[in-house]
Amino acid sequence: MFYLTPRKEISLFFTISIPVISILLTIIFGFFIFSVLGYDPGKALYHFFMSPLSRLDKIADLFVKACPLMIIGTGLVLCFRANIWNIGAEGQLIMGAVFAGGLALSFSETQSLWLLPAMAIFSFIGGALWALFPALLKIKLRTNEILVTLMLTYVASLFLDWLVRGPWRSPTSFGFPLTKYYPDVGLISKIYFPGIGNISQLHWGVFVAILICLLCWFAMEKTVFGFQIKLIGDSPQALRFSGFNESKTTIALFIISGGLAGLAGMIEVSANIGQLQPNISFGYGFTAIIVAFLARLNPAAVIISGLLIALIEVGGDSAQIALAIPKVVTGVFKGILLFFLLAGETLTKYEIGFNYHQKSSLND
Amino acid sequence: MTTKPVLLESREISKSFGSFLANDGINFNILEGEIHGLLGENGAGKSTFVKMVYGLLEPSNGTFYWNGKKIIIARPQEARNFGIGMVFQHFTLFPTLTVIENIQLALNDYFATHELRDTINKKSAEFGITVDPDIYIRDLSVGEQQRVEILRCLLQNPKLLIMDEPTSVLTPQESEQLFSVLKKLSKTGCSILFISHKLKEIKKITQRATILRRGCVVSTVETADVSTEQLAKMMVGSNPQNVKPKTAKKSGDILVRISGLNRPADNPFATALDNISLNVKAGEIKGIAGIAGNGQSELMEVLSGEWRSTENIDVFNVLGTDIRNYSPHKRRQLGVGFLPEERHGHSAVINMKLTENTLLTNHNNPVIQRNNIVKNENLEKLTTNIVDKYDVRTPFQNPHASSLSGGNLQKFVVGREIIKKPKVFFVAQPTWGVDIGATKSIRNSLIDLANDGCGIIVISQDLEELFELADNICVLFRGKLSDSKPLQELNSEKIGMLMGGEDLYSESQGH
Repeated sequence: MFYLTPRKEISLFFTISIPVISILLTIIFGFFIFSVLGYDPGKALYHFFMSPLSRLDKIADLFVKACPLMIIGTGLVLCFRANIWNIGAEGQLIMGAVFAGGLALSFSETQSLWLLPAMAIFSFIGGALWALFPALLKIKLRTNEILVTLMLTYVASLFLDWLVRGPWRSPTSFGFPLTKYYPDVGLISKIYFPGIGNISQLHWGVFVAILICLLCWFAMEKTVFGFQIKLIGDSPQALRFSGFNESKTTIALFIISGGLAGLAGMIEVSANIGQLQPNISFGYGFTAIIVAFLARLNPAAVIISGLLIALIEVGGDSAQIALAIPKVVTGVFKGILLFFLLAGETLTKYEIGFNYHQKSSLND
Repeated sequence: MTTKPVLLESREISKSFGSFLANDGINFNILEGEIHGLLGENGAGKSTFVKMVYGLLEPSNGTFYWNGKKIIIARPQEARNFGIGMVFQHFTLFPTLTVIENIQLALNDYFATHELRDTINKKSAEFGITVDPDIYIRDLSVGEQQRVEILRCLLQNPKLLIMDEPTSVLTPQESEQLFSVLKKLSKTGCSILFISHKLKEIKKITQRATILRRGCVVSTVETADVSTEQLAKMMVGSNPQNVKPKTAKKSGDILVRISGLNRPADNPFATALDNISLNVKAGEIKGIAGIAGNGQSELMEVLSGEWRSTENIDVFNVLGTDIRNYSPHKRRQLGVGFLPEERHGHSAVINMKLTENTLLTNHNNPVIQRNNIVKNENLEKLTTNIVDKYDVRTPFQNPHASSLSGGNLQKFVVGREIIKKPKVFFVAQPTWGVDIGATKSIRNSLIDLANDGCGIIVISQDLEELFELADNICVLFRGKLSDSKPLQELNSEKIGMLMGGEDLYSESQGH
C-alpha cells in the first residue's frame, strides 16, 4: 500500500534533475525494447531524438508540426485552469477550417489581400460557435461539457466529410473527395529569410502560434481576466464574492479555446494543404490536451511542450521510414517517453509514502 | 485526579517546518476519562500537536506512549484503530454526500445503511445530538456540521476524543449542550482533549489544562486552582489589551435602509428570509445574533449582492442609492464593504498569494488595474500596507494564504476591507476561530471604523463579541429578524431566549 503526499517545497535540484532522469530512463528502456525486437537500438534512438534535430530544415519541420498544437494547447490551458473541460478542440478545429474554407471557396477568384485576415476571423468564429453550444448547454441545462464537446467532434468531422464529398467537391478532382484549391491570397506563405531563403516548410503561422502563446501567458499572469480564470478554477464562490460573473467567464473561455482551435484549423489548411479534404487534422485537437498538461497548464510553456510532442511524432515517423520499425513499436516508445515524463512530473510534486505498519483495513 | 491511569503521554515531541519550530519538546499527558484543555493563541502550536497525535503529521522528534506503551501513529487510520477520534476546526465532511454516507466513509468496518441509520439515531439520542442521517452535508449549517463530525467520532467508540476549537461556531446554549455531551462521554471513561482559546470554557469543563505559547508548554495546571486571569496571562505572556470605547456620535443619518426583504429558500434545507427590515445609522454597530443555520449566510449573501432581486426586496438603500440590483463589484464602488463568514474559498482563496487575495476585492480600483492589466507594484504596495497596518504575521514576503494561521488570515481579510474606509460595512463572524490577541485587534479596528462614521452590521454567533461591539442587537431566528434593541436593555440570557425562538415581549406566546 503506498500513497502520495504533496511536497511542501519543490527543490530546484528536483525540478532540473527529474526531467533529465526521465529522459535517461526512456533511453534505457527504449534501448532494451528495440534490442529485444531485433532493431539496432543505437540507430532507432538516433532517429527518434537526434535525426529531427540534426539539420536546420528538420528543426523547422518540428515548428511546423507543433504550430497547431501550440495554438490549440494554449487555449485549452486557459480552459483547464478554470476547471472547464473542453476536450472537443478537434471538432472546433474542423469547424474553423470549414468556415475559413467556405469563405476562400466563395471568393476563389479574388486577389484581395483581405481574404486571409477575413479567413482567420471566420475560422475563429467557426471554432467559437462550435464551442458555444456546449458552453450554453452547460450554463443553462448543466450538461457535462466533456460529453457534449466530444460528441460534437464527430458531428463536425462528418459534416466536413459530407461537404467535401458533396456540395463542395471540386468538379476537377476526378471523383476524389477534395475541394478546389484556395486562391493564392488565401494561403499562408513560407517565411523568407534574407540570404537563406525558405527553411523547409516554415511558415508565418508558426510565428502567429508563438505570439498567441505569449499573449495567452500575458493574459493569464498579468490581467484581471487571468485572475478570473484562476479564481473560477479554484473557488467559484470567491469569484462571485469578488463580483465577477461566473457564466460570462465560462462562455468567454469556451469562445477563446474554441476560436483558437478554429484558427489552428485554418492555419493548418492554408499553410500546408491549400484545399479541404476529409482529413485535415491528425488528431491535433486531442494531442493538444497532452500538450496542455505537459506544459503544467502554463500558456507559455505550451511552446516547449508542443515542440516536444512534435519531436516525438516526427522522430517516430523518421524511425518508421528509416528502419522499417512498425508504427505500433514507435507508438510504444512514445508511450514510454510520456509515461516517464509524467511520472517524473508527479514525483516532482509529490512524495511517495509506504505503509508497512499494518495491512489496510480496506483489504480486511 | 492522579489516581487515574495515564492514557496518552508525549515525551519531548517536537515538530519543525523548515526553520520554523512549531512544537518544541512537548511533554504532556492525559488521564483516562479526563477532560483536558489545550490552551493557547492561534499559532501557539495546538493544532500542530494534535495533528501529530492524530497521525496527520509526523513528529520531528520525541515519542508517544499509549497506556504506557511506546507507539508510532503514522496515519489517521492508525490513530482511529488505537481509539483516537478527532473533530476538526475546519470540517472534513464531503458536502455532496449525506450524513450517513460521510459516516460510512470514516468507519473501518462496513455496515448496512439501515443498520448504520439505527446506530446513528441511537447515539444521537444517547448524547442529545439531533441530526437527520439522510440530509446532504452541503445543506447543513456550520453548527450542524460540527454535530455530524462529533457523531462520526462517537460511532467509533473512541477512548480519546480530540476537539479542535469546537465552540467557536456555537451559541451559548449549543455550547452548553456540547459540554453536557462531553461530560456524559467522559463519565463513560472516554478522555477528551479540548482545544480552545476561550478561558471561561477551559475553566468550566476541563479538569486540567496545558498551556502552550510559541510551541512550548508554559505549564499544566489543575483548572480549579487558577483564575481566568492567570490562564490568560500564561497564554498571552502579558495582559491582553482591552477593546476600545466607542466615541462616535450617532448622527442620526440612516445609511442603510432595508425593508420587506424576502428570500425564498433555494433548496429544501436553506432558510427562507421572511420580511426582514433593518436600518443602520452612521457610526452605529448593529449586531445580529442567532444560532447557525437560521438564515445568517442567506442574509449575508443578500447584503453582499451575491444574491439579488428586485421582486423580493421592497427597499434596500445604501447612502440613498437603490442597490437591490447592484453586483458585489458595484456595491464596493459605492463604498460598501462586506466580508462573509467563511475564509476558505469565499472571502479568501487559500491556494493564492496574499497579493492575489488583495486583488479579489480591489480589481476595480484604477490604482490597481488599468485596461484590465494588473499593476503589480501598486498591488504589492497595498498588500504590504494591509499586512503592516493590521499586524498580519506572515512567514515570509507575500506567502500563499494557506500558510497563514486562521487568525492572521482573518486579520488580513478584515484589514483588506477596512483599509478602504467603507462608508458601510457588513461582516459575518469577524473573529471565528481567531485567538485573543487577533480578536481584540479586529474588534478595535471595527470600533475605529464606526467612530469614523461608518455604519456596520455584524452578524455573529459569539455573544461576547456582540456585547463588546454592538450598539443595538437584533436576533435572527428561522429567517425572521427580531426588532432591534439597545444593548442596555439586553443581557445574554434574554438574547439566548430570542435565539431559541422565545419572544421576550409577548410572554403569552410559547415556542
